[in-house]
Amino acid sequence: MTKVLLEISGIHKRFGGLHALNDVALTINQGEIYGLIGPNGAGKTTLFNVLTGLYQPDEGKFTFNGKDLFCQKPYIVVGSGIARTFQNIRLFANMSALENVMVGRHVRTKASVFGAIFRPPQVKNEEAAIRARAMELLEYVGIPHHAEELACNLSYGDQRRLEIARALATDPQLLALDEPAAGMNPKETEDLKELMQKIRNDGVTILLIEHDVKLMMGLCDRIAVLDYGKKIAEGRPEEVKSNPRVIEAYLGVAPE
Amino acid sequence: MDIFLQQIINGLVVGSVYALIALGYTMVYGILQLINFAHGEIVMIGAMVTITCINFLIGHNVNLPGPLLLALGLAMAIPVTMLLGYLIERIAYRPLRKAPRLAPLITAIGVSIVLQQAAMMIWGRNYRAFPAILPSDVVEFGGASITTLQIAIIALSIVLLIGLFLLIERTKMGRAMRATAQSPDVARLMGVNVNNIISLTFMIGSALGAVAGVLVAANYDQAHAYMGFMIGLKAFTAAVLGGIGNLGGAVLGGILLGLIESIGSGYLGDLTGGFLGSQYKDIFAFLVLILVLIFRPSGLMGERVAERA
Repeated sequence: MTKVLLEISGIHKRFGGLHALNDVALTINQGEIYGLIGPNGAGKTTLFNVLTGLYQPDEGKFTFNGKDLFCQKPYIVVGSGIARTFQNIRLFANMSALENVMVGRHVRTKASVFGAIFRPPQVKNEEAAIRARAMELLEYVGIPHHAEELACNLSYGDQRRLEIARALATDPQLLALDEPAAGMNPKETEDLKELMQKIRNDGVTILLIEHDVKLMMGLCDRIAVLDYGKKIAEGRPEEVKSNPRVIEAYLGVAPE
Repeated sequence: MDIFLQQIINGLVVGSVYALIALGYTMVYGILQLINFAHGEIVMIGAMVTITCINFLIGHNVNLPGPLLLALGLAMAIPVTMLLGYLIERIAYRPLRKAPRLAPLITAIGVSIVLQQAAMMIWGRNYRAFPAILPSDVVEFGGASITTLQIAIIALSIVLLIGLFLLIERTKMGRAMRATAQSPDVARLMGVNVNNIISLTFMIGSALGAVAGVLVAANYDQAHAYMGFMIGLKAFTAAVLGGIGNLGGAVLGGILLGLIESIGSGYLGDLTGGFLGSQYKDIFAFLVLILVLIFRPSGLMGERVAERA
């Protein structure tokens, strides 16, 4: 039985005269890897920003796990179980790798001025638990040896992994990855693919933007294609690949 | 030699107070890239509230040791300034958060003037004496002297600085503050309530400012509605000298500025052949500001601007 995890419909987002998202609808089922592709400027990242609360859509419906998340604040969205990474890596550059992941635990733990200043035992315990969980996640993504290094000193591939660990620290049900393989060599891409499959097998649904078509075809259960802010196709990878509208969007119309 | 030592002691006392105030500027700048010019007025109001509170207690024949009276005064002044810091951000800066950076800067100057005038309406335009409740024993050593009050000022500053650094480096809240300073959008996505963190930053800075204001007033035995202006500018200079946005830099800048000012003013008369006396010590703070802005705008410990962009 497939259970619908995320459902959006009729989503519009305009920036002045630009209609960045035009009546976009999609559903993501629990446990799948859902791909989002489209030419540059198609609105993929805008859709990500809407789904994670960074942008407020102009109209539409957005439910996640049965909860209405339309126009909600980012910390509500992340609290509901959606986490993301960024196309251009956005780590806290001057904090250690471990601390980056610890910040990700923020949404799942309590914070009070009182607790921070007087540090009663439960606060100390919580802090220790945060640290332990963050360390676990660094191991999970394969970079425990970099825990104490500043995020900005990590290699590019490791920064990507760190960003994924930080997103996982929020205990997401849906992990949204914005071009995680961008700039990676084939070996790194293959490792990343394995990591994404591991994450999915551990019960986290994945929404993925990626330009690496080979990677997408081999990894995704379903793919949606955006072009000029509209969804022009959706389906299993092989269906999408042979869809004439998709070929047209990427390559232009074939001459008769 | 003894004059030199004496000026170093004076410099450390003044410098530690500058450091406390400079932290308020630099913390807010680190998170919002805003110069909160009203911070000097917070310092002044902290001093004024404390004096009023102590006088009230003395007037009602409360017989307590001086340091305890001072603590009670501070216990009143700190919440007042924290609330004020919160309100200033909420009313004057938050609505302008997406406005061009010049707008909140001008608002900050406006808030500063409003607070100054309000203080003058409440406490009058004359100097207010700081109640003589604190022991002023003098410790002599090496030909120089230091009062117990000055020792207390330095000690209290050190305790507060260590406390602040522990809060920022070791606690979850501090981590959220650092994360917000580096990237508010991403911090938001990690579940950090950025608005709360910003409010908190203003409140912590204001509390430190209030303590600093009381220490200054106690050291000079007086307070005045205009006192926040000059001390605010100097602490701002200290923050720029250390590298604005950098906490360690604010402390270093504060102490350096205190030392430069103190040593400079001690020898100013000799240097100018008696033409300028030590009352011109303010020259040094602003000379430092100008030199830093020309030769090292990012400050001693500041990041290069390109890294922030």
